[in-house]
Parts: sequence; structure tokens; C-alpha cells
Amino acid sequence: MASDIRVRVFRFNPEEKAEPRFDLFSVPYSKGMTILDCLIYIKEHLDSTLAFRSSCRMGICGSCGVMVNGFPHLACHTQVSELGTDRLELRPLANYDVIKDLVVDLTPLFNKHKMVKPYLISPQLTADHVREFAQTPLELERYLQFSYCVKCGLCIAACPTCATDKQFLGPQALAQVFRYNMDSRDVGSKDRIQVIDQPHGLWRCHLAGACSDVCPKGVDPALAIQLLKRSVVGSWLGLTKRNVPRLVEEQEKQAPADAPKAPPLSV
Amino acid sequence: MAVKRYDNRLGIKGWLWAGKYPLERYFYSLQRLTGLGILLFLLLHLVETSYRIYGKGPWEATMAFFDTPLFLSLEYVVFAALIFHGLNGLRLILEEMGYLLGKPGRPVFPYVSSRQRQRPVIWVIGLTIVGLLLITAWDMFLA
Ligand code: SF4
Ligand code: FES
Repeated sequence: MASDIRVRVFRFNPEEKAEPRFDLFSVPYSKGMTILDCLIYIKEHLDSTLAFRSSCRMGICGSCGVMVNGFPHLACHTQVSELGTDRLELRPLANYDVIKDLVVDLTPLFNKHKMVKPYLISPQLTADHVREFAQTPLELERYLQFSYCVKCGLCIAACPTCATDKQFLGPQALAQVFRYNMDSRDVGSKDRIQVIDQPHGLWRCHLAGACSDVCPKGVDPALAIQLLKRSVVGSWLGLTKRNVPRLVEEQEKQAPADAPKAPPLSV
Repeated sequence: MAVKRYDNRLGIKGWLWAGKYPLERYFYSLQRLTGLGILLFLLLHLVETSYRIYGKGPWEATMAFFDTPLFLSLEYVVFAALIFHGLNGLRLILEEMGYLLGKPGRPVFPYVSSRQRQRPVIWVIGLTIVGLLLITAWDMFLA
């Protein structure tokens, strides 16, 4: 790796010119340097007007997504050395509106996420409900992988359907439908299927697989969406097993008298 | 005052151009392109065969028009599109029904995605297509 890296950055200021431009910066390279380190260096030493978004710096908050040499990455999660080049081109995430420079408007992502009811739906969940649901490790594994989503939106930047269809629900929201429908504590799958079984919903995915390639958390939205298609077809044919949420206390009542009990709640 | 935004949607280029994405993404673009190509061929084929209703003369003239090396090569391209679209389509049907992709599991770094797990199927399809194309090329142009 050269001692300096050349970073070409997309610039767009809504208050100045309507057309975007590119600025070129030279950033001193250091071992272990991430894309976010480059951006922070530029902001601190070369151009304080550069706008980008970040918070946790450890791949948790999902706010630092950018296109690095044409591929969506989390800036804090990507080291310069892994790209195999000392020339970087940073652009805002594709398929979103740009607010300024590398900052995109993620509102459509959050709105679509909300649309699919990403929470447990169960009549047993009430305000005065104080005991846990019972869930086996096997039941947990049916959805656990998909619950790691940090809503960074990289999958939407990679999805070719999102590139052409603004209303498409997108890989993030669809993966969350599968995550909650598969949860043994949830009985809301009918409500969610109603939201996704429409022209810009589930069937718009034609399996390019790009979402799973860019996901920094191993969520694998492409897998979730295909399994969701299978479960929706299964539900049409009446073949899908329904979730039956079980409360721990109910399970304990049915268990033999000498079975270990859950510890009392200390609320 | 409404704030100006820059629309960064990739549009048609976004679905057509697979860039740095892996092979499956190229298969995706080719699947759609071959689909459109086959549709176009079907329309042309309908027009071509409809000349039969004008009698023997126009029909034979049409046949003579298409009996050139250029159209023979185009026929080969249509055949290539058909086998690609058909075989890859079978893969997509199976995968869209959740087969060949593996099961959800605990995400442990380095993550292995369903796309990576089904990669052998892509190789089988790719090699079958190449084999069929070679046999057909021999049959159409050399035999
Ligand atoms: S599925 Fe992955 S890429 Fe998509 S928003 Fe969630 S964490 Fe990001
Ligand atoms: S800064 Fe939080 S994910 Fe990168």
C-alpha cells in the first residue's frame, strides 16, 4: 500500500449548485485504517464542509453506509487494505435521495420497515403481562439470523429491483417479515402477508442475491425472502404450521411436578 | 422552501450492470435480457411464419431471405438464449421455493450466505450450457 491514498469523493450541496461534483483528496495511509478513518481525516484536516454520517464506529448503528468503488460498505467496518487498491471513490448509497455529500435520506427504509409490523403480535402480550414466552433453541434458530439487521440499508443500495422500482418494499423489510413470521411467539403472519402480497411486494424479488453479498451482519435477506415465498405459497395451500405461543408459566403447569421451575421475577 | 435532493436511484443501469457483484448477479441480468430477447424472437417468428397465408411464392421468398449465414448465426444466439433462460429458470424456480439455499443458522463470521451455498449449482448450469452450445455449434455449422 502506498503511503498516501487518493480519495475521490462525491459532493452535493443543495444550497449551492444543483449538480454534484467530485473532489480529490490525498490521505496518509496507516495500518488498519478504515474508510471512516479516511472521511474523518478529510473532515478534520482537508475540508470541514464534507458531510457524512456515523455514530458507533463499530458496525452496530448502521449509519455509515457508503458506496466504495461501486460497492456498498459500512465505512467503519471496511479497512482500506481489504480493497486492494490505494484509489478510492466514495459515493452516497445508491437508490436513495442524497441530502448532502455522502448523507442519504433513509426515511423510505424506515417507513417500509414500519409498514411490515416488525414487532411481536400476540394476544398474550398485554400491558400487565409479566412472564416470558417459552421458546426452544430450535425455534430460536428459525429467525435468529434475520434479527441481526442493523437497518444500514446497504441491501437496498445493492438490489437491482430497488434501482428501478421506488415502491418495492426491498430486502430489508421483507427479511423482517420472515423474521417475525417465523417467531414461535408471534401470530401476526396474516397481517404481514397482507402487506407484502401486492404488486410492489414479495413477488418483485427475482433473486439477484446482491443483498446477501453486501449485508455486513450476515443477515442473508435473499434467503429470508425465498423462504418467505415458500411459506406464503404454503399458507395458500394450507400447508404452513401456525405458531402457538406458549407462556413459561403455562408450560410449567403442564410439566411434571419435579421439573425445574423458572426463577421468580424480581421486578 | 423545499430542500433540493439529488436522486441517486440507479434505474435501468442498476439492474443491467452487475459491476463487482458475483456471478449470480450476472446470471440475473442475463436471465432478464434473454427473456426479453426470446419475447422479441417470438414476435418476429410470428410475423415470419404468417407469410405462409399469402401463398407459396411469398413464403418461399421469406424463407430464402432468412437462409443466410447472418440469420443462421442469429438462430444460434436465440438457441443459446433459450437454453440459458430455461436451465437458469429451473434453478430460480427451485431457489425461489427455498431449495438449494441451505437453512438459516447462527451468523458466525466469516458469514456464508445462501448465495455462496448454491454456487455449485451455478457451475453445473454453466458447464451444461457450454456443453450444449458446443454440440449445437458443431451440428449447425460444422456437421
Ligand atoms: S439486511 Fe443487512 S444490509 Fe440490509 S439493512 Fe439489514 S443489516 Fe443492512
Ligand atoms: S458508524 Fe455505526 S455502523 Fe458504522
